Amino acid sequence: MLAMQGLTLPIAAAIIAWIGNHTTMNYWPLLGVAVVVIGFAVRANPALVVVIAGIVSGLLAGLPVPDLLALIGNKFVASRNLLVLLLTLPTIGLLERAGLREHAAAFIARMRTFTLARLLIAYLGVRQLLSMLGLTGIAGHPQTVRPLLAPMAEAAAEKIDPQLNAEDRDCVKALCAATDNIGLFFGEDVFIAFGAVLLIQGFYAQNGINLDPRSISLWALPTALAAFAIQSLRALRLQRRLRDKRESHAAH
Amino acid sequence: MLRIEYVYWLCGALLAACALHDLRARRFAAAAFWGILAVIFLGGDALPAQGVGVSVIVLALIAGSGALRRAPASVRAEPVEARSIDALRQAQGERLASAMRLGHRLFVPALVIPFGTLALSLAQPYSPWATLDRSAFTLIALAFACFVATLAALWLTRSSPRNAVGEASRLLDALSWAALLPMLLAMLGAVFAATGVGGAIAHIVAAAIPTQSPIACLLAFAFGMVAFTVIMGNAFAAFPVMMAGIGLPLLIGQHHAHAAALGALGMLTGYCGTLLTPMAANFNIVPAALLELRDPNGVIRAQWPTALALLAVNFAMLWLFAL
Repeated sequence: MLAMQGLTLPIAAAIIAWIGNHTTMNYWPLLGVAVVVIGFAVRANPALVVVIAGIVSGLLAGLPVPDLLALIGNKFVASRNLLVLLLTLPTIGLLERAGLREHAAAFIARMRTFTLARLLIAYLGVRQLLSMLGLTGIAGHPQTVRPLLAPMAEAAAEKIDPQLNAEDRDCVKALCAATDNIGLFFGEDVFIAFGAVLLIQGFYAQNGINLDPRSISLWALPTALAAFAIQSLRALRLQRRLRDKRESHAAH
Repeated sequence: MLRIEYVYWLCGALLAACALHDLRARRFAAAAFWGILAVIFLGGDALPAQGVGVSVIVLALIAGSGALRRAPASVRAEPVEARSIDALRQAQGERLASAMRLGHRLFVPALVIPFGTLALSLAQPYSPWATLDRSAFTLIALAFACFVATLAALWLTRSSPRNAVGEASRLLDALSWAALLPMLLAMLGAVFAATGVGGAIAHIVAAAIPTQSPIACLLAFAFGMVAFTVIMGNAFAAFPVMMAGIGLPLLIGQHHAHAAALGALGMLTGYCGTLLTPMAANFNIVPAALLELRDPNGVIRAQWPTALALLAVNFAMLWLFAL
């Protein structure tokens, strides 16, 4: 397995060199992509892989080292907005120490009507609707999934099977995170003032095609409905799987 | 004047406090890691860019060395472990008691963050900062809401600010290098763009397909959106590349595809790729760390069936309506 991955790099290099000899384009920076693929495949530390890929790609494009360092530094500083979510950590940490997760779980355990599937489907629907209104920042993994949705879903799963094993517990938690992502992605494109629609419209405008943003966002609606239906079915399937498992416990 | 830098300074101050907390607990690698990041947040654009570039490499080396993994207090492994299980039980008992006592009031600071952000962003047009960039203002609103929520949580739980730093540091150490990955990937995307990786990929794809067949062009476009999003971790980066390489010249120019449908459905096809890739760290890897999943790719494992089904839906729609 490892030997095969070791071979990928020279083969990729040979292909790129061959293509490079037949056109004027510089294909060498593509090796940066190969570094990413191989790095993730051999499960090297992703942070290290990403930085090495950037350096490889930059050097092969012929960037001088000082310019490459400046490019990395500038772009890193320019993306500080991506880490602002860490400001939620003191609140979440304090509330967790005061029993927020325990309370969220107890709250769901008391409510008979809130089954696992209903909880996930309700969250998905609300998340999609909020995203369609442009309110994407209102929920997210640190703000709502870890402190609220995941403990609630775990409690709902324990109502089905009190002897929930670690594997199924991880399954339930992972589906919570997936539900948040899918609700966000396949809701936001329906909102015209959101980045994606403006990006599409801007790209076309630059190339001489003028479109109304509403005509673009309308085309995102069928996929939004399909995403809701598919993810809801998967929540129901997980619930049924846990129920079947509980019944096979009971049968033994 | 309200500036986005204030938000970054607040982040820098929190990172510095967490670094100090790690230093006190003698976790030197973590202290160095968060300390360097704190300097980058506090210094920002004023720092020499090449110096930041070197620091980014140092951060990656610390992450890659594995030194960030939290080692249990090294000496006397056995008795410490037994005691820590007792301590865990006691902590859990305290949390349950506190949960019973505080009840629904516990939800209040947690809800201050989303609803505070929302209220402030809605109020922007009526404020003196109406002309400020909207996304910058949203971040400022989020930071302010987080600050108020922290105060509310401190008051509700009768804790000291030192506890708040301790708890933030605990969560930050649990996230570890995964917290940094979104920024590193944004940096990588920019480097790929600057070195012409996108153009090279579009060039190869366009050279490899029979361009006179509309369905082959459409397949190449959809597959290219997914593959390039998987590589870059971001559909926004893939979209202009695939549109410039295949969408505009071949699908719209040669085969007269419907522009609005092609744009919207093409982007959504890229989102299916986002669900599949560890490169979309803030959606797929950070949550796995936050939820303490044993498999770092657990979230992707939970997403791929939905992603493939939606890919089929998008492709069918593209075929029916865009061509």
